[in-house]
Amino acid sequence: MKRYASIFATFARACLVRDMTFRVNFLLECVTSIGWMSMNLAFYLLIFTFTPEIGLHTGWTREPFFAFVATGLIINSIVQALFMPSAEELTEMVRSGGLDGVLVQPLDAQFLLSMHRVDFSAFANGLIGIGLLAWAIARMDATPTPLAWLLYPLLIVCGVAILYSLVIMLAAATILMGRNQSLYDFWFYLTNFSRYPAEIYAGPWGSPLRTLCTFVIPILLVVNVPARVIAMPLEGQAVGMVLAPMIAAAASLALSRTVFLAAISRYRSASS
Amino acid sequence: MTNPATGARPGSVALRSKVPTEAAVDTRPPHRSCSGRFAVGHGLRTWWTMLAICLEERLVYRGDFALGTLMRFLPIVTQLFLWTAVFNATNRTDIAGYSRNDMVAYYLLTMVTRAFSSMPGLAGGISRSVRDGSVKKYLVQPVDYVSYLLAARIAHKLVYYVVAILPFAVVFFVFRSYFPPLPAAATVLAFTASLALSFLLGFFMEATLGMLGFWFLEVSSIVFAYMLVQYLLSGHMFPLDMLNGIASGIPGISVGNLVGWLPFEYTAYFPAAIWLGKIRGNDLVRKLAIEAAWTIAMAILCRIVWHRGTRRYSAFGG
Repeated sequence: MKRYASIFATFARACLVRDMTFRVNFLLECVTSIGWMSMNLAFYLLIFTFTPEIGLHTGWTREPFFAFVATGLIINSIVQALFMPSAEELTEMVRSGGLDGVLVQPLDAQFLLSMHRVDFSAFANGLIGIGLLAWAIARMDATPTPLAWLLYPLLIVCGVAILYSLVIMLAAATILMGRNQSLYDFWFYLTNFSRYPAEIYAGPWGSPLRTLCTFVIPILLVVNVPARVIAMPLEGQAVGMVLAPMIAAAASLALSRTVFLAAISRYRSASS
Repeated sequence: MTNPATGARPGSVALRSKVPTEAAVDTRPPHRSCSGRFAVGHGLRTWWTMLAICLEERLVYRGDFALGTLMRFLPIVTQLFLWTAVFNATNRTDIAGYSRNDMVAYYLLTMVTRAFSSMPGLAGGISRSVRDGSVKKYLVQPVDYVSYLLAARIAHKLVYYVVAILPFAVVFFVFRSYFPPLPAAATVLAFTASLALSFLLGFFMEATLGMLGFWFLEVSSIVFAYMLVQYLLSGHMFPLDMLNGIASGIPGISVGNLVGWLPFEYTAYFPAAIWLGKIRGNDLVRKLAIEAAWTIAMAILCRIVWHRGTRRYSAFGG
């Protein structure tokens, strides 16, 4: 474990050196990702000029909703920074045979494939997310309890773990399919469901979708549970709600590992 | 951008036979238009050949297209639930003149307009061809680069529509109850005209952007910034009518007014608003005329930028 931590630190250092070599590019990447996020925030602000709440009696009024958005920003920035750049490279590695080089390394292939590149500019959104969270919490009626503050980082880690498992399973699909250029698109469309409070998925179509995205692909647990813990008072059902992402994270990590190993065992080199 | 030489089939002979020798390389823009130099019939045949090559090229990826198109509707599902939740929480029957059903129909219709006006890879392709030097091929061939790009884009779009019509039809059928009754023939005609113009407007705007590559070489950051602005101000993100009540700081002028002075709304909002009956009568005619004027202005700008760009171009690459 210590060895892997030190190797990861070396990877991160190398990526930081690379980013700092092209400082203007790095700044531009930060600015554009903040620009994209600001547009979304402007859209939400616009929505709240027409409605006091997202969903009747759901509790997602303006400040709690922005705490929700902030939580999403923090979780996604961690995933975008640590795992997505490596996963995106995998697509081409499978096709070109570059994966062979990874498999012969005396290191775990999943570790190497998912964590060898760090995109520091993606942390910019996370920092904005922390600022937004502070702004929202300062304006909320109920301040979070110490227990909520204790659970929040833990649930953020669970959310990251669930998304990481999803990345690994998509990577495994890439290995099996040979080439999967729409991996990133698929990721975007799937995680799109986690961008809003789970309560919006109601009615004859919404409820089954909510069940599917909670229990089968636990994408709705990723942001919803930590956001709810920090933005709303903990009530009777809180234990089950808090335990669910923890169990889902452990299960998805185990499942993704199994799927990944199965994909690697079926891998046939593309190079000569 | 696609390279006609690499995708060459027997049908492309007409194109390649006109290529002068390397000795004739000249960085000046040699031809403004094929038909200016050759007979009209010849120009048309060249155009048709370019279109045919590009059609063949694009059809290779039809499976990818169909899957990609279907997936693009997934965010609409989220929008449907989001707006249902918003309408549930408020006593309003409409937001900025849009009922919940209108809102869903609006997002679906912007998918149609974006299918016409979006130009994936166009600006990046042009700047890349400037950077790696492959643009000089078009400077020495009796093929006008902008015409070639337009033919390639029409082919790209035609193939896209052929493949995408099925997923589009399925989604529109499923969501049919969200749409108002079929509009009058004149409205459908105006909608079609606005779509055709949005294609040309989108093409010339993005081609001009790509030609900035003559000055900056790498335009990906500019393109990305443009796409962000475009996404917000074209009405792809929400109906622009929602901005009408937002004060801009200038007395008597709302943010909606300011956005209305820009060309972006014609690439997503305008056709959708026509179909939903939000723009009618004189307003509709006036706005269609403005859209046509923007298209002509952008086409002229594209020509000017191409002309200026090729004059300062110094043929990188081998």
